[in-house]
Amino acid sequence: MSELSVNHLLGIKYLNKQDIQLIFETADHFKEVINRPIKKVPSLRDITIANLFFENSTRTKLSFELAEKRLSADVINFSSAQSSVKKGETLIDTVSNILSMKVDMVVMRHPNPGAGVFLSKHVNASIINAGDGAHEHPTQALLDSYSIRERLGDVKGKKVVIVGDILHSRVALSNIFALQLQGAQVMVCGPKTLIPKYIDKLGVKVETNLRKALNWCDVANMLRVQNERMDISYFPSTREYTQQFGVNKDLLDSLDKEITIMHPGPINRGVEITSDVADSKQSIILDQVQNGVAVRMAVIYLLASKIKQ
Amino acid sequence: MSQKVLLNAKEVNIILHRLACQLIENHNDFSNTVLIGLQPRGVFLADRLAKILTEDYKVKNIKLGHLDITFYRDDFRRGEKTLQANTTKINFIVEDKNIVFVDDVLYTGRSIRAALTAIQSFGRPNEIELLTLIDRRFSRHLPIQPNYRGRQVDVINNEKVKVNWKEHDNEDSVYLIEK
Repeated sequence: MSELSVNHLLGIKYLNKQDIQLIFETADHFKEVINRPIKKVPSLRDITIANLFFENSTRTKLSFELAEKRLSADVINFSSAQSSVKKGETLIDTVSNILSMKVDMVVMRHPNPGAGVFLSKHVNASIINAGDGAHEHPTQALLDSYSIRERLGDVKGKKVVIVGDILHSRVALSNIFALQLQGAQVMVCGPKTLIPKYIDKLGVKVETNLRKALNWCDVANMLRVQNERMDISYFPSTREYTQQFGVNKDLLDSLDKEITIMHPGPINRGVEITSDVADSKQSIILDQVQNGVAVRMAVIYLLASKIKQ
Repeated sequence: MSQKVLLNAKEVNIILHRLACQLIENHNDFSNTVLIGLQPRGVFLADRLAKILTEDYKVKNIKLGHLDITFYRDDFRRGEKTLQANTTKINFIVEDKNIVFVDDVLYTGRSIRAALTAIQSFGRPNEIELLTLIDRRFSRHLPIQPNYRGRQVDVINNEKVKVNWKEHDNEDSVYLIEK
């Protein structure tokens, strides 16, 4: 197995186990590269990548841009706030216009689920999904699994609980697919109103008691409550949410084992986790950020090598 | 596919000892010298040379590294397959050091060109030399020549030189394979 089975990274759903293995092995090499005095390699000097962000993002956008630049690709950035999208242009027209400037690869975040798949069928470029609505966020799931592998040695056989707003989370779905593909057990935990109906059909356990969930798991991935996606009230108050589903130091210390804490960011300190937990030794939140660049370099490198000259 | 023996185990051993002595002649106690084996196949030769220098010639503190050049190659997207990387292991500072690149076969010189670029990511060496077990004459695409060579051979383009190592391939030998 020396190349990816796909030409686009639209979701973890489309990957197989060997693809993930190859991405991780390649990311290991890039992680070594980004710890050198000079962190840049010339591999992608003849590739141009467009970062299209139709939705706000800080770390994902920076992480992708850094990954692209460390591979020596040419990068153009676009965010919908300052574009013709506001003037009524369609997605295909926007992207076709950009591609006619000879762009080889598109990294796209979009509020609509399936936007990446749609685009991959209509334009001639390699597409990386950087988040499509509440659907998938594949590179986040890959870097989460990579960070678990780095901390605990292997993903296989590990128990991972995803805590919080599962309903509005693309990170949750991609993580469920990625973890299961690698042989981990997955549980979701949160208020009933924020857990999608029938999610147990994906083969995940459902728990509404945080203490029980944390006692079961090896790793807890804490998600942010996505207030901006909520049109109605899903729980009485933030204070009550924190009391039932927030992780603090006392709760962690009262468990009979030491679990690993993850968070995809951005953190609402004091809501889903307290500051002392976020900054503790059990937390690998900043490792996740560093690994994000290496994993994205691996994905871009492997997809770019499939673009024919 | 036919193959013929270019060097047997005894000949490889004699050549390795000569190369080791030549290195000592130029680098004395190796206090400011590092050996860098080029991935994938140059590392076997570098490891072996370091072993000979340490055990047979009592040179102390040989610094040995492995350098992977995959991301610096000039044929990315030009072949059918994805270029897969190997491990780089350089646990020392290369700034102002005398570097000896070690590779098994010198052919077009393109790998060495990539290695020259790659090593710059680790600092600015004082000088860089090249040691190669087999030097394929008249086949260079770039103006690159070895400082230390084991054996010079004339090989036509559809033939391949394969270097085997005891640690990896069960014997020390060099074959000329006709494709």
